[in-house]
Amino acid sequence: MARVLVFGELGSKGLNSGVAKAVRCAMDLQPAALDVLCLVADESQEGIKQAARLQGVTKVLVRIHDAFAEPLAAVMGNALVEMAGDYTHILAANTTVGRDILPRVAARLGVQQISDIMRVESERVFDRPTYAGNAITTVEAPEGMVVVATVRTASYRAVPEEGDAVVEAQPFNVSPPSHTRFVERREAKGERPDLQTARKVVSGGRAVGSSENFQIIANLADRLGAAVGASRAAVDAGYAPNELQVGQTGKIIAPDLYVAIGISGAIQHLAGIKDAGTIVAINKDGEAPIFEIADLGLEGDLFKVIPELEKLLP
Amino acid sequence: MSDMKIMVGVKRVIDYNVRVQVKSDGSGVVTDGVKMSINPFDEIALEEALRLKEAGKAAEVIAVSVGPSQAQEQLRTALAMGADRGILVTTAEQPQPLAVAKIFAALYAKEQPGLVILGKQAIDDDAGQVPQMLAGLLDVAQATNASKVELEGESARVTREIDTGIEVIEIRLPAVLSVDLRLNEPRYVKLPDIMKAKKKPIETIDAQALGVERLTFLRVIKTSTPPARQGGHKVGSVEELVQELKQRGFV
Ligand SMILES: Cc1cc2nc3c(=O)[nH]c(=O)nc-3n(C[C@H](O)[C@H](O)[C@H](O)COP(=O)(O)OP(=O)(O)OC[C@H]3O[C@@H](n4cnc5c(N)ncnc54)[C@H](O)[C@@H]3O)c2cc1C
Ligand SMILES: Nc1ncnc2c1ncn2[C@@H]1O[C@H](COP(=O)(O)O)[C@@H](O)[C@H]1O
Repeated sequence: MARVLVFGELGSKGLNSGVAKAVRCAMDLQPAALDVLCLVADESQEGIKQAARLQGVTKVLVRIHDAFAEPLAAVMGNALVEMAGDYTHILAANTTVGRDILPRVAARLGVQQISDIMRVESERVFDRPTYAGNAITTVEAPEGMVVVATVRTASYRAVPEEGDAVVEAQPFNVSPPSHTRFVERREAKGERPDLQTARKVVSGGRAVGSSENFQIIANLADRLGAAVGASRAAVDAGYAPNELQVGQTGKIIAPDLYVAIGISGAIQHLAGIKDAGTIVAINKDGEAPIFEIADLGLEGDLFKVIPELEKLLP
Repeated sequence: MSDMKIMVGVKRVIDYNVRVQVKSDGSGVVTDGVKMSINPFDEIALEEALRLKEAGKAAEVIAVSVGPSQAQEQLRTALAMGADRGILVTTAEQPQPLAVAKIFAALYAKEQPGLVILGKQAIDDDAGQVPQMLAGLLDVAQATNASKVELEGESARVTREIDTGIEVIEIRLPAVLSVDLRLNEPRYVKLPDIMKAKKKPIETIDAQALGVERLTFLRVIKTSTPPARQGGHKVGSVEELVQELKQRGFV
């Protein structure tokens, strides 16, 4: 029987939304135990209670040390390695934090990590995307070794917060390495929905033309109650910040509605929206590849279309 | 550390412009007659190494590729871009990230570089593992998804792209970096450089000679094509679009 440890990533907004999705993936292993591990410097964090409410969770293990104030891979990785002995599987959501820490853990445990689980076939057999999602590879992990894997959050719905797991908190001894020091983090503040969890997303591409113009995309997003996204070209050009990039090497998302404006539809961009419900494309080039996958396409100049659209929206 | 060596990963992958096709028997993807290139992130890694060298902060840039003998081609391109020498580690089959990390660890022991700069992910396996695994095996600092690297003596201040924005960390060398798209814009190779690169050395070593016997750990059962999205239709006007969005309950 599987015994699963899920990394309980905490951030400035509490429990990372990917944790509830990783827990859903863990449930597919029909585990005898499903523990969430929160590594903290301060045990009063709200996210810990949230983790305990996740349906399916057996126990929330809280390990406390000052060095856990920031999610440094070397520090947290060592803690995970120490706890690995009790588990058959160690999972983390495929966030930048999870992806930073888990391979380090896998290497120290001498196992090959499985990146981006999109389906659990059995305790040892998993599907994962390769080639920007243009191929799916089914892999089997070797018997008798712990499975270390990240979970593709766009493939799983969050489990509901209906549980009531035990929280077990205790101080933890790590010797933090002296080779890494956290300096600062600059996070966007704002009222907009989070790109990773939003039901609707409006994205702008290179065609938007400037960071001032990107406000047009943001305004439309606000009208629709949507999060804002961007193509790589728009981010590279400085029209939008890096955390808004959607795609193979940005965020992989699965909103109910995705509106791509002035985005051509390169393979790498499409890799980020394959699981979206309805895709709407607005592009002035009728031949743009985005139209091949869009559920609803509108050929036109975004600078004319968006003002008209805003007028007609209820 | 102006006598510092930098080791850079150069993976041979299917070019990012190719529409990858899965073989009908599920044994992998079609590679016959398909254009192969340096993994795009590795060009960025190499560019960063070259800039550090040009700024007098490193003495030598070593490009390393692990894989089939054809990866010579990608190493030649790396040499033409400006790497000083190449190392080709040949393997009988496509190695999985843990094996690649072990191979890099063995080369690290031989070469003692101050920095290993790799891509944040290989665009074929999309694993995103080798840099972190290598740092773990060596028990040194790692800075992934770097979008800015400021090297000052024995330490580096690295700006990283994270889900919520930007993070800055300071690491002490030796260290492993993985690079993100916005770190730099790789240079183009000029014809005279291609000629010059022909004279630069490429050393070929077999993985076994480095003590790495095992190349795969996960058994690949099959490769399949994901269900294709059904395209929809075009609408003729903004009114129609709004109508459709209303019908679907989005507005
Ligand atoms: C390793 C690698 C990783 C990558 N990862 C990503 C990734 O994660 N995400 C990503 O998005 N890209 C990624 N890319 C880049 C990708 O290949 C494309 O270059 C990028 O997606 C193009 O962005 P775009 O569609 O905004 O720009 P373009 O391709 O330039 O398209 C602009 C579109 O706007 C249309 N247009 C122009 N003017 C107007 C107007 N006035 N009104 C309406 N439409 C207009 C044009 O017809 C065109 O279709 C990656 C590339 C590489 C090599
Ligand atoms: N076979 C290889 N040869 C050289 N470098 C590699 C190889 N595989 C991975 N790397 C390096 O590790 C990075 C991440 O690869 P991966 O973990 O496979 O996504 C790549 O961008 C390369 O820099």
